[in-house]
Amino acid sequence: MNRRDILRRSAAAGLLATPAAGLLSGCATSGGGDKNDAETYQGTKSAQNPLGVKEDAPLEVVIFGGGFGEEYAKAHEAMYTEKYPKAKIKHSSTQEISKTLQPRFVDGTPPDVVNNSGSSQIDFNGLVSQNALAGLDELLAAPSLDIPGKTVKDTLLPGAVEVGSYDGKFLVLNYTYTAYGIWHSAKLFADRGWSYAKTWDEHIALCKQIKAAGIAPWTYAGLHPRYMSWPLISTAIKFGGPSVATAIDNLEPNAWKSDSMRAAADAWHQIVKDKYILEGSPGLDHKQSQTAWCQGKAAFISCGSWLESEQKDVTPAGFNMTIAPTPSLGSGDKLPFEAIRGTAGEPFMVPAKARNVAGGLEYFRTMLSKKGAQDFTKKVASLTVVAGATEGVELPYGLSTVVKALDASGANGFNWVYNSFYRKLERNLVDAACGEFFSGRIGPAEFLEQCQKGADSIAQDSSIKKYKRAA
Amino acid sequence: MKHGKWPLIVTFLVPPVLLYVFFVVSPYLQAFQISTTDWLGYSADANPVGLANFKTLWHDDYVWNALKNNAILLGLVPVLTIVLGLFFATMLAMGGRKGSAGVTGVRGGALYRTVYFFPQVLSVVIIALLWKEVYHPNKGLLTTALHGLGLPAPTWLGDPATAFWCVLAVMVWSNVGFYVVLFGAAMSAVPKEIYEAVLLDGASRFTTLRRVTLPLLWDTVQVAWVYLAIFALDGFILVQLMTNGGPNFSTDVIGVRMYDTAFGSETKFGYASAIGVVMFFLTLSVAVLSLRVGRRERIEYS
Repeated sequence: MNRRDILRRSAAAGLLATPAAGLLSGCATSGGGDKNDAETYQGTKSAQNPLGVKEDAPLEVVIFGGGFGEEYAKAHEAMYTEKYPKAKIKHSSTQEISKTLQPRFVDGTPPDVVNNSGSSQIDFNGLVSQNALAGLDELLAAPSLDIPGKTVKDTLLPGAVEVGSYDGKFLVLNYTYTAYGIWHSAKLFADRGWSYAKTWDEHIALCKQIKAAGIAPWTYAGLHPRYMSWPLISTAIKFGGPSVATAIDNLEPNAWKSDSMRAAADAWHQIVKDKYILEGSPGLDHKQSQTAWCQGKAAFISCGSWLESEQKDVTPAGFNMTIAPTPSLGSGDKLPFEAIRGTAGEPFMVPAKARNVAGGLEYFRTMLSKKGAQDFTKKVASLTVVAGATEGVELPYGLSTVVKALDASGANGFNWVYNSFYRKLERNLVDAACGEFFSGRIGPAEFLEQCQKGADSIAQDSSIKKYKRAA
Repeated sequence: MKHGKWPLIVTFLVPPVLLYVFFVVSPYLQAFQISTTDWLGYSADANPVGLANFKTLWHDDYVWNALKNNAILLGLVPVLTIVLGLFFATMLAMGGRKGSAGVTGVRGGALYRTVYFFPQVLSVVIIALLWKEVYHPNKGLLTTALHGLGLPAPTWLGDPATAFWCVLAVMVWSNVGFYVVLFGAAMSAVPKEIYEAVLLDGASRFTTLRRVTLPLLWDTVQVAWVYLAIFALDGFILVQLMTNGGPNFSTDVIGVRMYDTAFGSETKFGYASAIGVVMFFLTLSVAVLSLRVGRRERIEYS
């Protein structure tokens, strides 16, 4: 065999190896499955132990190693073992939730608690339609661990249960409470004598003023342009009322082309047309755009309340990042200016086939105790879904503005969930449309058309389970 | 000798074959089976649906868009890489001419060879992140250079008109080094007398490359072609890390589509396997075709 043959053969081997990496479903559907013989852990229920935890049953917890890190989870685990000293907790943290856990779901041996988050999150639609998640109703009915006289459900902020419910079944615990709005630096605004505009016309006038001062009014995550869909949809909901969101979530025909969405898209097109967006933004990812914003190259950015902890390392001292609701389109808006999108985020789940389901639920109860929630807020500077858990905790500047904004918004707060019903619709389809729209390659009508086309493609796909939510 | 043959074969060949069958061949066969089901990946339930996945695939615009991009890559990446690789290797092996001293490389050849090989040493992930910064629309190397010259700069990865070409350029850049070395090694096997004779006949560098080097290197070029064709049909890692198929699907490739269908925005493992099966046959056909078409009579040095 000479050198040529070796090369030739190794080329052939490469030929076989590449698609092998591609054919990723190596684990067969036939493997594993229902391991009914495997032991599940169940203790006896009592007033002290409402969920029936077996005190020496091991508990496996998988945490998403993202912006929040994993220290907060270790603290929760320590609280769990304090109550159940005989329980051994297996803790791990990964950014690749779907790749790591998919074979274990198929095998019927998933972990007991999964923090299904991040860009490699497992699509919830798929999980729910395959009955892979344990119901959490028992948890809601259980008494709170350290708030006397209340059930776990009583301690949660409004909307926390709805977000994790599919066809009325509560399956996913979204642990953090996130507000989505428009952010600016209070310091920059004070230095320049600007004040945040409450109506769209004033906002445009302010953008003009900011641009004249040599600062770009806006920047956004051009490589993840869905960040800009949030203020746009918010504007539409404030203009037309919460039914705008319900229609989108329920995949109603032409929901994206409603009058409210049209008005919002027309309005937002102004910042593109008048070149109020930092040059080059379409090529920036979320970190790069947020950093440009922190460096004072742009005045506004759209983000959720995790922004402050995500930007911790690059935010200059005294920057004072402040969240604000989207400006009102006009006096005809159905919701007041103060209304802001607030929703539970950061999903946790207990797989249906976990061996220690009771332990998983008890772990959630620990997280949702006042002690657990306060510890989380202290460690990662984010709110939890536990009402009043911020009492006595000193909040960083940005988070304190989030609390204020949520208070002001109160019962006018709104939310949409199409992104968790149909991950693909937001992540792929609306995302692509936003990219075209905010870089100025298409106008408002084409933008809504493209979003609607995406929603229609989901609606027509019989392999995707559909969910409805009440108005 | 004879009685010692079988133990040797059994110890050295059987384990790798078994491993190969277990880890490569069996997943293949399973993927074929899975592609005919509606498996959603997180339970053991999968219903056979026959060829429904392939029918859906035939009408899936996103898949066709990704295939179109792969076709462009297939047309350009191998040609550009091989032409550049051959050019650099030639210059390193015989670019310099020192009168009667005959054929040598250009000055500083060793340095160039090292520099060209750099990308090969870096992991693909590093290459992707490195170039993401080079393509930074405000402070990247390219934008700064163009602005320095007073020229306008595009937003590179942020614009569907340029993003695809930016990724293609990185693919060529990251591959050329390996082929410089590969072709260089092949060239060193060519007897020097041939080049000296060519030199005496007064052939130019280009003629030498076209009429002498290339025919002698044909086998190596052909292998390079197959490798690069396979690479072009894949291209998954670079695309996923640099653009994830965006903006507006302009850099999407079939590998990213498959990954996204199973692990990304959906959990349709049956459908993703169908995409994988299509990819398998495409890669196979391309490789077989390029080996057939490129077949030539082999030149033996005697």
